[in-house]
Amino acid sequence: MVRAVSGVRPRVDRATLLAWTRDYGVYVGVAVIVLFNIVFTPNFLSLENFRVQAVQVAPVLIVALGMALVIATGGIDLSVGAVMALSASAIALYLGYGPVVAVLVALVAGAAAGAVNGLLVAFAGIQAIIATLALMIGGRGLALVLVPRLQGIRNEDLRALGSGSFLAVPYVVWIAAVLVAVVVFLVRRTVFGRGLVAIGGNRRAAELSGLPVRRTLLLVYVLCGVLAAVAGVLTTARLQASDPNSVGVLIELSAITAVVVGGTPLTGGRVRIAGTIAGAVLMQLLVATLIKHDLPPSWTQMAQAAVIIGAVYLARDRRRT
Amino acid sequence: MTGPVERGPAVLGARGVTRRFPGVLALDRVDFEVLPGEVHALVGENGAGKSTLIKLLTGVYRPDGGGLEYLGAPVRFAGPLRAQRAGIATIYQEVNLLPLLSVARNLFLGREPRRFGLIDFARMHREAREALSGYGVHVDVRRPLRELSMGARQMVALARAVGSDARVVIMDEPTSSLEPREVETLFEVIGTLRERGIGVVYVSHRLDELYRICDRVTVLRDGRVVHTGAMAELERLRLISLMLGRDVADVAGEGVTTFSGEHTEVSSEPVLEAADLAARHRLHGVSLRIRPGEVVGLGGLLGSGRTETAQAIAGALPLDSGRVSVLGVPVRRRSTAAAIAAGIGMLTEDRKHEGIVPGSSVRENIALAALPRLSRFGLVSERRVDRVVRVFMERLRIKAVGPEQKVEELSGGNQQKVLLARWLALEPRVLLLDEPTRGIDVGAKAEVQRLVDELAAEGLGVLLISSDLEELVEGADRVLVLKDGAVVGELSGGEVTERALMAVIAGEPVTAAGERAGDGAPAVRGGEEVR
Repeated sequence: MVRAVSGVRPRVDRATLLAWTRDYGVYVGVAVIVLFNIVFTPNFLSLENFRVQAVQVAPVLIVALGMALVIATGGIDLSVGAVMALSASAIALYLGYGPVVAVLVALVAGAAAGAVNGLLVAFAGIQAIIATLALMIGGRGLALVLVPRLQGIRNEDLRALGSGSFLAVPYVVWIAAVLVAVVVFLVRRTVFGRGLVAIGGNRRAAELSGLPVRRTLLLVYVLCGVLAAVAGVLTTARLQASDPNSVGVLIELSAITAVVVGGTPLTGGRVRIAGTIAGAVLMQLLVATLIKHDLPPSWTQMAQAAVIIGAVYLARDRRRT
Repeated sequence: MTGPVERGPAVLGARGVTRRFPGVLALDRVDFEVLPGEVHALVGENGAGKSTLIKLLTGVYRPDGGGLEYLGAPVRFAGPLRAQRAGIATIYQEVNLLPLLSVARNLFLGREPRRFGLIDFARMHREAREALSGYGVHVDVRRPLRELSMGARQMVALARAVGSDARVVIMDEPTSSLEPREVETLFEVIGTLRERGIGVVYVSHRLDELYRICDRVTVLRDGRVVHTGAMAELERLRLISLMLGRDVADVAGEGVTTFSGEHTEVSSEPVLEAADLAARHRLHGVSLRIRPGEVVGLGGLLGSGRTETAQAIAGALPLDSGRVSVLGVPVRRRSTAAAIAAGIGMLTEDRKHEGIVPGSSVRENIALAALPRLSRFGLVSERRVDRVVRVFMERLRIKAVGPEQKVEELSGGNQQKVLLARWLALEPRVLLLDEPTRGIDVGAKAEVQRLVDELAAEGLGVLLISSDLEELVEGADRVLVLKDGAVVGELSGGEVTERALMAVIAGEPVTAAGERAGDGAPAVRGGEEVR
């Protein structure tokens, strides 16, 4: 308010630049890292490498889709990793009834966990970060009670789901692509999707406009839980093991990073699915590149931290000017 | 420039202070002073500059021009803490204390009695008990503050503020959340303050209170002082006219609004009927009916319950009792969705916080409330949205680059039109307009007023809330006046004049308009006026 006294013009230009970087910086980032790898990383352009990268990014991307919706409402979901663990343990427990039943139970578990989050946030009025933190801790605890240690999974159908391909594209990637399409459709075309963005933009206005605010919030968290459960199923299928102890650990942070780097503000009111995809790809390539060039994992963590700070810094200017 | 100086030098004064905000001149060369031992009322409607002046006096803001004088010498407070330390205590509407700490800790926060560097609890509790008993608060001072009633908390805030050698106490709407009994205690305390020679600045919209306890009054309007003088010498009617910016004498002529005047009442069956709306502290049994094609005005001062009445009808305010029906069909569930389904639309006063979704497009903002009816099986029909958006952008002449422009980039007037479009897209039967022309430019104001006329002519029932008397008189067929959450008067047809309205708001018996204007009611008397 007070600072804007001098140099009005350059500030406007800087603001425009910042806004542009916030919205499109993630694509530039992806392009830069791809170019770097083409030049410096042997075999980067191989089909096999693309498959590996795509398969690895899929679970994070699926979780990030749900996270993007939650963040668009102005909330956050820290429990996605725990929900993946719950879903993995459900697979191990119910595989005896066949893979279809096991997968369905896993998805229902994800929906139930999401419903708990949604009820706490939308109806009990607890802050999202606290409500989902509780489930982040409790959910993994429950998963470990159900399946205390790594349990191998021997099932042909699940193995195929994790490692098989259709038209040379892994099933995992197909599933991620379909889910992207579903989420994009929800956001663009449905009352639910329009409503969730409005709730994040101005909750009071949404309420006064008669939108079912609480029901929408509940549904958003349920959806996020289901998507996390899908990621849990896919990861379990690929590992051919249910490992509630380590599956999805820290994935909430990767997912939030992908969403924020992709240009969805943490304050809500906006959602960018394409940006989220690019954000997930960027983080995946960043890690892969550092590993390929023999930098220790501690370095990749610091590089991730730097990207997060950069993205949040850009998002920071949004509510000012 | 103004005000008699009878009791010696002012303890705190503002000399020609000016304060600007981007695009607004919040205070324009304002003179204000508080004498020791006086209770000085500071009044004005929304946006008059009261809070800005208080913030200047308490060191929250610094003036752009002019300066402050304290105890006879010019001062410049570096921040609110400095002003507080110097002896200027402020009590806000919302008590800013720490609810989880004990009453005594709150009372002595930052100046606890100490022994060997540690808090001397025994002494603190003893002193707290003594101090509070002087304010009529007898509680266990070791209990957390939140266990106290609002009134008792207010007293703790007051005791805390005054305890620290205050020379001036500024009270901003101190009675807004108090029970009548607590108000009495507050007034007793104010009496003691006055005896101790402390200057009190008292901000309130409750006229009865002002006349009861204030010695002098300063009226602000649009950032300027329009009157300073003895409270008892200022007639109520005159006070109202000063606050609302309408002169008692010159209300006769044709106004400058674009309302056409009377609206034809198509039928006598009310389209909206609200009965006995009651909500604790805010509404006490408000009833009203609106016929199709009728514009019913809702008058009254700030805090009289106008906004709450609209919110109650629109299902946005929890009620203790009351019924709302549209075309004779009761609205059963108390929710905004139910009210909207029944055909009630409400344009809120607070455009920014309750209206626009700032980061979304004009298109999304217009379609927001109508989304359910512009969709089938939860799927939004873009074609129908486009049509509605196009129709209303044209009809309301919304100036935007296009439907995809972000609404936060539009001017206030165009944002208001977007919100009107949002409600019109619902094809409502009743439209509640809360200050529809506040804060928008003259051109947009005229368009909005013309639109209200058109809508009424089309058979819509309109509830028009406005602090602009001219707007009410010319826009409404009938005006209900609210005070302290209850209807205190109704004017209709030829009775609706600014003079009569002001009289009802002031609580005087309604007389024929010409009669009183004849006996003088001087618009400008002596040196009181500052123009």
